[in-house]
Amino acid sequence: MSATRINIRARLRLWPGLQRPSLVLALAVIVVCLAAALFGPWLMPADPTDFITDDPFGPPSHLAWLGTDYMGRDILSRLIDGTRITLVMALAATVLAHVLGDTLGLLAAVCGGWVDALLSRVMDVVLSLPKIIVGLVVVAALGPSLHVIVAVAACVYAAGVFRLARALGADLVGQDFVGVARARGEGLVWIIGGEILPHVMRPLLADFVIRVGFAILFLSSLSFLGLGVQPPMADWGGLVRENLQGLSAGSWAPVFPALAIAALAIALNLAVDAVGEQQDETALLH
Amino acid sequence: MLAFALRRIGTALLVLVAVSVLVFAGCEELPGDVAEVSLGNFASPDNVRALRAEFGLDRPAPLRYADWLVGMVKGDFGRSITTRTPVAKLLRERAANTGILALATTVIAVPVAIGLGLLMALGSGGALDRIGSVTVLALSTTPEFLIGSVAVLFLAVKLRWLPAIAYIGAEAHFGAMVRALALPVATLAIVVSAQLARMTRAIIGNLLGRAFIEMAELKGVGRWRVVGVHALINAIGPLANVVALNMAYLVSGVVVVETIFAYPGLARLMVDAVQARDLPVVQACAMIFCAAYVVLILLADLLALLFDPRARPTRTATA
Repeated sequence: MSATRINIRARLRLWPGLQRPSLVLALAVIVVCLAAALFGPWLMPADPTDFITDDPFGPPSHLAWLGTDYMGRDILSRLIDGTRITLVMALAATVLAHVLGDTLGLLAAVCGGWVDALLSRVMDVVLSLPKIIVGLVVVAALGPSLHVIVAVAACVYAAGVFRLARALGADLVGQDFVGVARARGEGLVWIIGGEILPHVMRPLLADFVIRVGFAILFLSSLSFLGLGVQPPMADWGGLVRENLQGLSAGSWAPVFPALAIAALAIALNLAVDAVGEQQDETALLH
Repeated sequence: MLAFALRRIGTALLVLVAVSVLVFAGCEELPGDVAEVSLGNFASPDNVRALRAEFGLDRPAPLRYADWLVGMVKGDFGRSITTRTPVAKLLRERAANTGILALATTVIAVPVAIGLGLLMALGSGGALDRIGSVTVLALSTTPEFLIGSVAVLFLAVKLRWLPAIAYIGAEAHFGAMVRALALPVATLAIVVSAQLARMTRAIIGNLLGRAFIEMAELKGVGRWRVVGVHALINAIGPLANVVALNMAYLVSGVVVVETIFAYPGLARLMVDAVQARDLPVVQACAMIFCAAYVVLILLADLLALLFDPRARPTRTATA
């Protein structure tokens, strides 16, 4: 009796939450997007720059499953083509935000004193500003180049990461193992990277995944406003923008890329949510 | 308490000053200054010098910053570089439109979201709660342009109930204005109320698990009275905080929504100015949006402080 129960429990842990339809769906969306980004050129049914039909905003057909865009190009192919730039920019911005935010956050937690006070005040200012307005001002000043946009997204999100990393670090700084490391005479780099970082990896990783979703939303909003990725290159937000006029003709062309953005952002959120709940449940079991 | 509130207000003012420095400095960093950018590549040096003198660009930066700041406090935002009209005039026309949009959204979204959050918290674990929670989570990470374009596609193009472009003429009567505003307001309201409903559900759900609610239930107080009186009174503080926060988030929603519906508001003015690199207009709009955001977040903090004495720092903590 007890043997079977342990068995079931072990199996539950092996496939955590695959009974949850929302997690399965979320993972499916993420895998599809990754596949489109990695193997895009082989998956596209048509050349994203080819004019399939003469009419703009053609209806779905066997040639173009999702219809054609404002220049008669295949929407599905353009969507797959835009996945790579969308994901690469969001990932680059989030990685930068975490490198910056984690380093400074843990540094503030470990050093305390004026380092902590200074960094915290600066980040508070960044956090108390509307992100999209910051983006607009920077683009107005420096122009909409890819580097500028990714850098703005990274800086804007680094403040949130900083706050999380600092709070997580501050919880640990008072603990014995940090005190012991200090007494051993370990340097700052080892205390942050070797002692504290391994203990805060999990929440930081969860934050990373959710923040990729937010970065996608932020960057596509900029592109949607015409201030992000510039034509002829197009990310998902840019695809929404260039086809927006199709709405009045009853075309779904701008809806598909918008749907892709929403689906991926929601999927990333749901995945982290479900994994978090799963951990809570297993924590309760033990 | 008063001292703490005053200090919080002082911090907000400092943030605004920091923002003004950043906005000013950011626009200073142009490769080539405003005069060169607006005259293009073929400008003669004489023309550039004349325009610089006209906009006062030949004076040192700190002086110009001081002038700009003093002018702004007096309501003088300088002149647009592309149209040469005073920025303040442009702002007056647009700010009212954005104000109407934000106000209408608030009036609709707040009661709907709080009601929905309350219902979800009441039916905790039930069908409404589960479906509602997933929907609200999904909607709160959905870009405004998806909700907006689907709304246009169905309500304006397929069903022809509402106009797709939110144009408000000067002579528009009330009915026409309601029709023009319906889609942008609905789009914004959906985004805002999703967040708000989520937070309301969390606040009420948290309160319902507390001992004083159990006590009231054990005394035989009815379900509705427990929620409507006992729980809601204690929720006012956190709810007021959350409402003010979500009004602040409206700032970013407005930027996208005004673009979808070609709505003649402040955000659209700013986006157009960014594209034209009309920096005085960008600076003025950025300051207005940041000020609105900072003030609303300040309001959220002060409301939380007012309703929850525990959020106030004790004397020993401040010493």
